[in-house]
Amino acid sequence: MVKKIPIGPFHPILEEPEFFELHVEGERVVKIDQTIGWSHRGIELLSEHKTWDQVPFLVERICGICSCSHPFAYVKAVEDLCQIEVPLRAQFIRVIAAELERLHSHLLWTGLAGHFLGYNTVFMWTWKFREPLLDVLEAVTGNRNHYAVMRPGGVRRDLPAEEIPNILKLLDRLEKENDLLTKAIVDDPVIHARTKGVGVFNKTMCRLYGALGPTARSAGYDIDARRDHPIDAYDKVSFKVILCEHGDVFDKAVVRQLENFESIKIIRQCLSLIADTKAGDICAEIREVPPGEGFGMYEAPRGEVFHYVRSNGGNMPIRHKVRAPSFNNILTNNVSVPGNTVADAGLITAAVDPCYSCTERVGVVDRRNGERRVLTEADIVRLSHERTDEIRRRLAAEAGRE
Amino acid sequence: MSLALKALKKSPWVFHVNTGACNNCDIEILDCLTPRFDVERFGVVLVGSIRHADVLLVSGPVTANVLPRLRRLYEAAPRPIKVVAFGACGCKCGIFRDGYNVVGPMDKYIPVDAYIPGCPPKPETIISGIVKVLSQL
Ligand code: SF4
Repeated sequence: MVKKIPIGPFHPILEEPEFFELHVEGERVVKIDQTIGWSHRGIELLSEHKTWDQVPFLVERICGICSCSHPFAYVKAVEDLCQIEVPLRAQFIRVIAAELERLHSHLLWTGLAGHFLGYNTVFMWTWKFREPLLDVLEAVTGNRNHYAVMRPGGVRRDLPAEEIPNILKLLDRLEKENDLLTKAIVDDPVIHARTKGVGVFNKTMCRLYGALGPTARSAGYDIDARRDHPIDAYDKVSFKVILCEHGDVFDKAVVRQLENFESIKIIRQCLSLIADTKAGDICAEIREVPPGEGFGMYEAPRGEVFHYVRSNGGNMPIRHKVRAPSFNNILTNNVSVPGNTVADAGLITAAVDPCYSCTERVGVVDRRNGERRVLTEADIVRLSHERTDEIRRRLAAEAGRE
Repeated sequence: MSLALKALKKSPWVFHVNTGACNNCDIEILDCLTPRFDVERFGVVLVGSIRHADVLLVSGPVTANVLPRLRRLYEAAPRPIKVVAFGACGCKCGIFRDGYNVVGPMDKYIPVDAYIPGCPPKPETIISGIVKVLSQL
């Protein structure tokens, strides 16, 4: 008999809290129903009542973790519309801020994935490693999370020369710590047993579902907006696009970890190149925005974000469309969850994006008919921990026999 | 002071709801639990069910979809429950005030005991907020 298990509705896989309904037979999931739209705030309409310069403050609040990516795509859209050239120094500052954000976002994900697996040490460590990163961002941009660096035509704040050694020191440190984490993940037999072959999403499916970012790259689908449509300084730096082939949870973790190294590389190159530019030359003036339309895209930590703006020559956009990668990525759960156990379902949905656990403590559960088991997020985490312990014991027993 | 209240002061359990926040508030809450700020040393623990909670922490400008859920959560909470509005959004809807689907701020619907402002509040602000809530008890 098929039973239904509701999960949610609060746990933003990305911007949105989500409501999952797992249809299970015994322990096996046969189908997953997803409802989104809980945190629909009407941002596109709001932005049509803000001036061109105010919109970046709004779009960075679409999602707290991607608070550099959305403004980045938006300002590129406006610059596309006005056909203006951004000063070189501003280009580098943008890329530095955006890559620092990618680092903090990927570290955050690794921590939460560790928490899900029952490795709370990983959770605490990665978040500890993340703190100096936030300090640097605060020193450079003025805030720990919503940076407000982007502005149509350039950036709002210059990068002070005395901050550069601090950033370099941070990068050295992060490189070591990230290396440690990567090795810990790749070498651990329990993590292998728990994540390999779990939640597989293959390459043809990526095309079908329009999966983006690390979700697609982990399945070998070669797509990265930074390389495919280089904006600003991305054509002046060299970096690799990380690809894996299996598309399971393990590969998703590995892709993110290896991307951290690439981000570190990009920031180092930018810091050395920025020395040749003139301090203070950070913003091209936009006198007026002509009628027309423009679009911009950027590879956010979770995939490509796309912004479209249309102007009638006034001081506000008359249409602003935002397309975020998570919408596509969330749908991949329809394929990757069925066939796995309930204990793995939480992990698989989390592997798409880090925010799953952000509000995982919320246990509001809809109980409409008697048939449904009530499972809060805490239960999911508990199930997941039990499974890890079981694998740990089994591996220990096997090692003992040999 | 009753024994229960005394115990509560030593270890307030927090249940956190995201009513359409941008995640940053939620991340900063989690950040407080990790080694740098570590509020767990004051006995602050995030719990998985409202029935275990002493403090209801609400971030985000309440959207129309989550309002019924928020009301139900408040009704289901054991008493005494302290309600904390978190972030600019929780206090006054922040930048989303004019959104057509935003029906907040939350204090229109449930009584609020403390406000923690900021977008997102810095961990230091959060800790001072916790101290204020505890001293109200
Ligand atoms: S207060 Fe700021 S950080 Fe918090 S949810 Fe609102 S917009 Fe996001």
